[in-house]
Amino acid sequence: MAMQPHIYTIKDINKYIRMKMDSDAVLSDVWLRGEISNFTHHSSGHMYFTLKDKDSRIKCVMFSSHNARLKFVPREGTKVIARGTVSVFERDGAYQFYANMMQPDGLGSLYLAYEQLKAKLEEEGLFAASRKRTLPLFPVTVGVVTSPTGAAVRDIITTIKRRMPSAHILLAPVQVQGELAAPSIVKAITAMNEHCGCDVLIVGRGGGSLEELWAFNEEAVVRAIASSAIPVISAVGHETDFTLSDFAADVRAATPTAAAELAVPHIQELSGIVFRQQEKLTHALRRYIDGRAERLRRVQHNPIFAQPKRYFLQQAERVDYLQLALRNSLQAKLQQNQRKLSQVESKLARLHPEQRIKLLDNRLQHLQQKLNEQMLSGLKHKKMQTGALIKQLDALSPLKVMARGYSLTYTGDGQLLKKVDQAEIGDTVEVKVSDGSLVCKVEEIKDQA
Amino acid sequence: MSANETMSFEQALERLEAIVNQLENGDVPLEQAIELYQEGMSLSSLCSGKLKQVESKIEMLIETEQGLATKPFASSSLEKGE
Repeated sequence: MAMQPHIYTIKDINKYIRMKMDSDAVLSDVWLRGEISNFTHHSSGHMYFTLKDKDSRIKCVMFSSHNARLKFVPREGTKVIARGTVSVFERDGAYQFYANMMQPDGLGSLYLAYEQLKAKLEEEGLFAASRKRTLPLFPVTVGVVTSPTGAAVRDIITTIKRRMPSAHILLAPVQVQGELAAPSIVKAITAMNEHCGCDVLIVGRGGGSLEELWAFNEEAVVRAIASSAIPVISAVGHETDFTLSDFAADVRAATPTAAAELAVPHIQELSGIVFRQQEKLTHALRRYIDGRAERLRRVQHNPIFAQPKRYFLQQAERVDYLQLALRNSLQAKLQQNQRKLSQVESKLARLHPEQRIKLLDNRLQHLQQKLNEQMLSGLKHKKMQTGALIKQLDALSPLKVMARGYSLTYTGDGQLLKKVDQAEIGDTVEVKVSDGSLVCKVEEIKDQA
Repeated sequence: MSANETMSFEQALERLEAIVNQLENGDVPLEQAIELYQEGMSLSSLCSGKLKQVESKIEMLIETEQGLATKPFASSSLEKGE
């Protein structure tokens, strides 16, 4: 009895092979050196490509989780060193290399140099936005610094001729890759500046690998671009990566064609601009004249011209009205002032001195009367006193005494005779009695003693 | 400034724009407005003229014993492509 062979499904055998390979120590950690081809960066983020060397090739995958960490942009032709595992894609029964690390082969030092130089020049301000000049709108001559052969120069020339047939193109042929590229580019930029006449410079080359583009990362080239007196458009055919020349240029174009488009205007566009300006000019003048005409018309239709009489009548009426108003207002003002005056006058009258004088006079009279009364009463009193005194005096009068029989005798010379020695015999003396006097002759003197 | 051949395209266009603005503002005497208009028209034709120039040169910068010089660039090779 023949042995019934075990028939595997394809899926099973692929699975089996995968298990075998996954358990292999060598295949689980492999380093490979090769050149990238058939490169696809899928929209899922995963990268699919083939690594090849001169003898052979292997299909590769680099998942997005790994390629996100790449320090460079892998592309067609890039030589790389990659690390990963070899395993089977079961659906296709194909083994492939699953890369989890990748770096440009032999470019490690270039990258380092690039980053260091970039940092240095950035710090110097060579890439500052403030340094960027605007490109001329209408260049007469476009300088082109690139290889005289190849697609780049052809793209630039055809694009310029298409857009602006009148533009002059001055080509400075240079080497764009290799050892001599940088010095030749620097020399050409300098020559272009010395030769003058160029309004704008395009410096660049078509696309290539990082190594091929390297001249545009050389310090001398970057500095020559930065110090060019003519505005520079860089055109290093490279959509994603920037060379240091791109940073130093006034404008960076992704491709030589784009650089040519930036360098010269499309003549039809300019014609359009000029045409529009001309139209605007004509419209502006028309509007200007219309505006002036309208103003003139308005002035002409002003009533003062249309019906001057009415205008003047109106003015006359206005004058009358104003006169009336003036008079009324004067009168009102006058009345107001008169009212004010009489108020002030009555106030003044109240304050007149006559009033005060009258008042004082009254008081004076009153005081005088009082004084008189006082005087009179004082006088009466004194009179009464005097009467009493007179009566008293009268009682004491010598006449009264004489009436009682006493007399007074005076000597011849009128002395009251009180002592006998005042008289001598024979003297005439006068004896006064109550009702007269007796003139007597002294006959005898009798002394009592 | 009046339109003349030594003016660059940009200068002429800039002047033309300035004239349009001035006229649009309407702030100038009539005589000046007309002068501006005439200047604008001649600037416009100057610009158009510059755009219509077709004689173009494609030259190559070369080093000679006397220094830098230019010589015509054989652009015919370009048409063939690579």
